[in-house]
Amino acid sequence: MTETKEFTCIRCPLGCQVVATLEDGKIVSITGNTCPRGAEYVTNELTDPRRIVTSLVKVTGGSQPVASVKTASDIPKGKIFECLDALKSVELTAPVRIGDVVIPDVCGTGIDVIATSNIQ
Amino acid sequence: MDKDLVIIGGGPAGLAAAVAAKEAGVNDLLILERDNKLGGILNQCIHNGFGLHTFKEELTGPEYAARFIVRAKELEIPYKLETMVVDISADGDAKIVTYMNREEGLVVVRAKAVILCMGCRERSRGALNIPGYRPAGIYTAGTAQRYVNIEGRMPGKEVVILGSGDIGLIMARRMTFEGAKVKLVAELMPYSGGLKRNIAQCLNDFDIPLLLSHTVVDIKGKERVEAVVIAEVDEKSKPIPGTEQEIKCDTLLLSCGLIPENELSNALGVEMNRVTNGPLVNESLETSVPGVFACGNVLHVHDLVDYVSEEATQAGKKAAEYLGKSEAVNAGGDKKIVIKAVDGVRYTVPSIIRLDHMEDRQVVRFRVGAVYKKVAIQVLAGDKEIMNLKKQALAPGEMEQVILRKSVLESIPDLSEVTVRVKTD
Amino acid sequence: MQDIIIIGAGVTGCAIARELSRYKLDVLVVDKASDVCEGTSKANSGIVHAGYDAEPGTLKAKLNVRGNAMMEQLSKDLDFSFKRNGSMVLCFDEAGKGTLKRLYDQGIQNGVKDLKIITGDEARAIEKELSDEVTAALLVPTGGIVCPFNLTIALAENACVNGVKFSLATEVTGIEKKGEGFVVKTSKGDFETKLVVNAAGVYAAKFHNMVSSEKINIIPRKGEYCLCDKNVGGLVEHTIFQLPTKYGKGVLVTPTVHGNLLLGPTAVDIDDFEGVNTTQEGLEDLLKRCALSVKQIPSRQIITSFAGLRAHEEKNDFILGEAADVPGFFDAAGIESPGLSCAPAIGEYMAELITKKLPAEKKENFVATRKGVPSMALATPEEKQKLISENPLYANVICRCELVTEGEIVDAIKRPLGATTLDGVKRRTRAGMGRCQAGFCSPKTVEILARELGKDISEICKNDEGSEFLEGYIKD
Repeated sequence: MTETKEFTCIRCPLGCQVVATLEDGKIVSITGNTCPRGAEYVTNELTDPRRIVTSLVKVTGGSQPVASVKTASDIPKGKIFECLDALKSVELTAPVRIGDVVIPDVCGTGIDVIATSNIQ
Repeated sequence: MDKDLVIIGGGPAGLAAAVAAKEAGVNDLLILERDNKLGGILNQCIHNGFGLHTFKEELTGPEYAARFIVRAKELEIPYKLETMVVDISADGDAKIVTYMNREEGLVVVRAKAVILCMGCRERSRGALNIPGYRPAGIYTAGTAQRYVNIEGRMPGKEVVILGSGDIGLIMARRMTFEGAKVKLVAELMPYSGGLKRNIAQCLNDFDIPLLLSHTVVDIKGKERVEAVVIAEVDEKSKPIPGTEQEIKCDTLLLSCGLIPENELSNALGVEMNRVTNGPLVNESLETSVPGVFACGNVLHVHDLVDYVSEEATQAGKKAAEYLGKSEAVNAGGDKKIVIKAVDGVRYTVPSIIRLDHMEDRQVVRFRVGAVYKKVAIQVLAGDKEIMNLKKQALAPGEMEQVILRKSVLESIPDLSEVTVRVKTD
Repeated sequence: MQDIIIIGAGVTGCAIARELSRYKLDVLVVDKASDVCEGTSKANSGIVHAGYDAEPGTLKAKLNVRGNAMMEQLSKDLDFSFKRNGSMVLCFDEAGKGTLKRLYDQGIQNGVKDLKIITGDEARAIEKELSDEVTAALLVPTGGIVCPFNLTIALAENACVNGVKFSLATEVTGIEKKGEGFVVKTSKGDFETKLVVNAAGVYAAKFHNMVSSEKINIIPRKGEYCLCDKNVGGLVEHTIFQLPTKYGKGVLVTPTVHGNLLLGPTAVDIDDFEGVNTTQEGLEDLLKRCALSVKQIPSRQIITSFAGLRAHEEKNDFILGEAADVPGFFDAAGIESPGLSCAPAIGEYMAELITKKLPAEKKENFVATRKGVPSMALATPEEKQKLISENPLYANVICRCELVTEGEIVDAIKRPLGATTLDGVKRRTRAGMGRCQAGFCSPKTVEILARELGKDISEICKNDEGSEFLEGYIKD
């Protein structure tokens, strides 16, 4: 059975409309992407969709009550809310530096959550 | 106080302009920033997607800002925080910049050159003239973003978003991450105002519906928002009677466009472009007042900070040239080429090129006024086609650019006009 | 036991309170809203009418001309913005000229000075943006514009300084006769008082009818407005009216004292006493009507729209004085246009009636003047420097559109009857009234309010209880 699936690539602001053609669930062609990252994105979306998660954690003793954080690279899409839950209980103490590890290996993904802002 | 160069605004545009000017040899410069830290709006844009162009990696807003702040500090560029410029005027060639802060009170600076980097503001509920009550719970997306990302506070729990601008889309995901229910995004136009990838990763990922050709026609709730009424609109953007539906919510976020903040530019008498609401500039990003440059969202609203940085770098460099700190690119005559935006192209920045000041490559940025599929961007020098770029799709929400080559323009005798248009046939 | 309870802290109630504060009387003003100036007084045209509209012999006619004459000195004494910009009533056809003449004659009878009927061309020579349809106009040099917020706030503050007490967020739920006096039941308990003054705006009939068998009827008449950016505030210099219709004075196009341009109002009778919502039909209608007066309505420059309710009394005149069947119960009811213009005169008139009923000595130490919140936007460079040198917070700009500083906001909170809400700060300082409509400054103003009032930012309201901005923390 042949089917086609359409995706908006999120790897860069260009937002290519990429079409994957599948035969019996296997990718046979990918078209519409401007660069190889588009093909990679669509392949991942079909097999293991992943996202970078950006959020906040609480900070005490700083110039600001919260610090922004992100997953150092993308994590499985299904783990987004688990990751966000894990961030709820974190409370950092100022100062916070960009790159500080906030949660190592978040939710067993092998990926760290790191700080993305400097809080004095 | 005398200064060679005053940069108004310490956001992405101001920082990049200052770095470029300093690197080009302008030592007597000063950044004036109204907020309590450098970085501008990037500080509250905690999502990723910045810097792919500039740093070849995907950064969050605060990380992107930090790169420039570090550079500005390495270069020992002086700046003042919580400092508001209240007026600019011209006195002969000098620009009189008046600012205020707690430490110094009211201060007047005589500057030889000024770079305007004041950014933009969001279109408010009032400007959209949405009928209904005026309760708490109506925020522009950026104000809500500040409450959440800087103050760590939630503006509400059940959210409707009007307008599909990028900040609204980003806030749809952000509020969802913080446990709010985003019921829908309504967009007046038949197409989205934001980047396609933000629709994918901020709405589709979380099954948040995007209702195109819809608007808010009533706001209910006397103290706090209790519901909004949305309706479908016709091709003239008029609500269609009978299509109303009431959506219960406690919060309405507005993401309906950005307006360059040119109050100071107007005070100075800078000539404005009615389409962008920003100053008219030449190839050097210099306004109609010599020695006054503009870049970033005060000039025209950008989608990507990377392009703001690039534009601001150009403005900083050109301001340095103006100040005679680096060798001007073939200073001399003043031969002007006007760039005309027609047939679907709403404006161009710059809108004037002085051939004698032009560099080998000139980026010309613009937006189109409607959605186009399978068309071309055509550039004419006089009557002669000098460029024809095939485009799968063009949309008002996405800024486009062409790069003009000096050698090409020079090769056409007596060239006075370049036209940029959408070629549909 | 109070001597007097005034129900309603709008411009009428505050004007009466201020006049009564000249006397050694124990006066309490109650209002259900959390601030003064929260009803009709905050949402009107801000016009000081000359006095040609009202039928000769009516209270409206008498008090309008007097109120207009009082306004200029009062604005100096109490430091609020007032400008005698003059008005014009436009006529678009031959048939209208008769009405114009009637207004002229009425004005003369009411004692309005310097009225003149001019031709369409003469009108256009004075106001270049008037439409070509204008065939004649009544020129009214004594017409003026005022800041309705600061007029009300100034009266209230001055009354407060002179000893009048205010109990806000206090809803009157009942009034009962008790002996010679009354018990006023409220959401904050019962108050006993010798006299009651009913200045409750659209609710005046409700309170009157609680005690009097001679019922009155007040209908909320909604008026919707659009306010334009200051960059088109100079479209007209005069307040431009059209000939009155059966709905009232019709729509106007006017500069405001702060330099914006105001368009409106519509006039629709409604049932909802809290119906201050704008409507799509209303906004469209007012723009269409205003478009008759001027060549081009700057509709793209609209920065906000709002609606107010006029307290329209069936018989079309103010009801001022003691209720015939309830000794000690004084009405100041049916105060619709020109109520704002009349307010100082109503205060004087009512105080005279009340002190006849309840004679009292005048205070020797009455403070007749009041200084408002200093305005950095209006200050000269020297004045700015002086304010900043006294308090550096005057150099910290919070509202960039209207150039309002932290010093002004703190002053607005700290002064007598100070602001406790975002709208309260807005009306006292203009922070948030500009073109971005508080997008940038509201988080900062909320923070300053919380700091100065010793509250958490989540407790700060836009106006009344229930209008909090924030709903808790992230990550909760």
